[in-house]
Amino acid sequence: MISAGETLRLAARALRRNKLRSFLTTLGIIIGVGAVIFIQSIGEGAKSRVRAQIESAGTNIVMLFSGSSSGPGGRGGYGSQPTITWEDLRAIQTELPSVAAVAPQINASQPVISETSTWNTQITGTTPDYFSIRNWPVANGALFTASDQASAAKNAVIGQTAAENLFGPGVDPIGQIVRIRDAPFTIVGVLEPKGQNAMGVDQDDGLFIPLSAFQTRMQRGLGKFVPGRIAVSAVSPEAIPRVRLEISQLLRERHRLAPDEEDDFTTSSMAEMTSMLTSTQDTMTLLLMAIAMVSLVVGGIGVMNIMLVSVTERTREIGIRMAVGAQPADIMAQFLVEALVLAAIGGALGVIFGVGMGQVLAPKFGWNMETKTQIVFIALGVSAGVGIVFGLYPARKASRLDPIDALRYE
Amino acid sequence: MANLIELRDLAKIYQSGDTEFAALHDVNLSIERGEFVAITGSSGSGKSTLMNILGCLDSPSRGSYLLGDRDVAKLSRIELARVRNETIGFVFQNFNLLARTSASENVELPLIYARVPPAERHRRARESLERVGLAHRAGHHPSQLSGGQQQRVAIARALVTRPPLILADEPTGNLDSVTSTEIMNLLSELQRSGMTVIFVTHEPDIAAFAQRKLALKDGAIVGDVSQLPVRSSAPQSHAASPGMAP
Repeated sequence: MISAGETLRLAARALRRNKLRSFLTTLGIIIGVGAVIFIQSIGEGAKSRVRAQIESAGTNIVMLFSGSSSGPGGRGGYGSQPTITWEDLRAIQTELPSVAAVAPQINASQPVISETSTWNTQITGTTPDYFSIRNWPVANGALFTASDQASAAKNAVIGQTAAENLFGPGVDPIGQIVRIRDAPFTIVGVLEPKGQNAMGVDQDDGLFIPLSAFQTRMQRGLGKFVPGRIAVSAVSPEAIPRVRLEISQLLRERHRLAPDEEDDFTTSSMAEMTSMLTSTQDTMTLLLMAIAMVSLVVGGIGVMNIMLVSVTERTREIGIRMAVGAQPADIMAQFLVEALVLAAIGGALGVIFGVGMGQVLAPKFGWNMETKTQIVFIALGVSAGVGIVFGLYPARKASRLDPIDALRYE
Repeated sequence: MANLIELRDLAKIYQSGDTEFAALHDVNLSIERGEFVAITGSSGSGKSTLMNILGCLDSPSRGSYLLGDRDVAKLSRIELARVRNETIGFVFQNFNLLARTSASENVELPLIYARVPPAERHRRARESLERVGLAHRAGHHPSQLSGGQQQRVAIARALVTRPPLILADEPTGNLDSVTSTEIMNLLSELQRSGMTVIFVTHEPDIAAFAQRKLALKDGAIVGDVSQLPVRSSAPQSHAASPGMAP
């Protein structure tokens, strides 16, 4: 075999001679690789957006629910039968070293009435720790305090969407009074905007009041059990499994559950939610990638077609090369490398095309683009592979020509 | 002097359907190193077939072909390619140069397959082109050269690997008589510098350049005569440079 450099030089030269034809041939591969890169980038971008949205709910969070009741009426949902007491909550907060903060929360959708309008919004009763767990500071004013919680004070913190709808744009909500079920609440703070959560709900459309006030105003009053769900933040993301284990051990002990009894509470981590949501994304991306791969195969057939044409066109050249001493392997390498270069160039252009298409389309449609280097190399590798696979037959055909027949070919 | 070529009971048979056609049969021939041989005969006499077999472009159906001390009738495709590259320089009637490729790159072609490094390749291609008097056309493509010039490039390509054997199949078939004489003088020079030169022609005045004339008819050798070669009186602008003998 002659040197790789020599073979490459030959291939580059042959392809340059038929620039337009070479380009048209690679078009299939360009589109195939471009589609793969584009779809993967969009998929990856969507995934990381979901991940970011879930993380925006608060990092290191474990959700704790009162256990599902299994009774004659069937299984109820989480929290349908309260089992976690305020003492349990205090124990989780003080006794478990991996726990950073604990905040129970309960939601209800209620009309809220301001002086100028009425707006149906999500009302959350919670404790001040909720805002630190969710990493959600106020833009203006202040959060309600622990003493507000202790005294069931009628102070409220409002999200930006709800504030705009209740008071109109440009009006400072601080100090305004709103009524919830006839009870007047004073707005003490406006939260930073947080945008949509992973489910597409606008998190800024809400009003936050002390849990104690929520219970006295909208429920039967304070009880022995903690209502709603409980957000528990771990000291670090790595501590999440430990937090779940510790909560489980602590609550089983406190609730005096026998080893054969089921938990009367449930924990779930954001990591589970993330993987659930992103796995759906992965399936979609994979499906689209498979379709894009078909285009790559079609591109490969294009390469094979043009290489067969090229071998036929250059039969005399092959004859001349054989007559002066080219070995079958030399001829084979020449055409194989030509197909390989053709496909690899197509792959490289495809990467540029895919990334470029993303750059143009992503902002228009509000997509998030994230191109993995790994995928770029895989795409290049696959297109080179396509070149070899589909170049093999024409190259073999060329190398098996009889020198005499090849020289006589007109 | 030892024989360079030794053909024994050589035959080439083409089969088409049930009928066999012997393009060559019972060919026995010895050619010594340094000979200048013309193979003549009418078209269909088998002279081109013989030439292709001598040039290792084709294999005989029967018999043996000793080239040097090897029986090339039994060689594989790979080994035949090596023999063509190292031992034989082939000149064709229609030149067979690569189109859109400069004269010097055409001359380099056999050296590429001989794995000669580029710098050495360029040097030897230039020497070869000088030897055929075309150094000043090194960068020209075949389409920019006359027929005679193209054939001289082909001869430069044939001798660039310094093979002991030059084979020319109707080298003047596509050329006018003046150019033909030039080409034949060039081949004579190569022979005088020590190479064995065998060429095919059907023109008596071209065959007259050889020292030995073989006549083929219906696939068999019917004549083998030695003769005093003619020497052209045409001025030679491109004398063989000393030290170029293989």
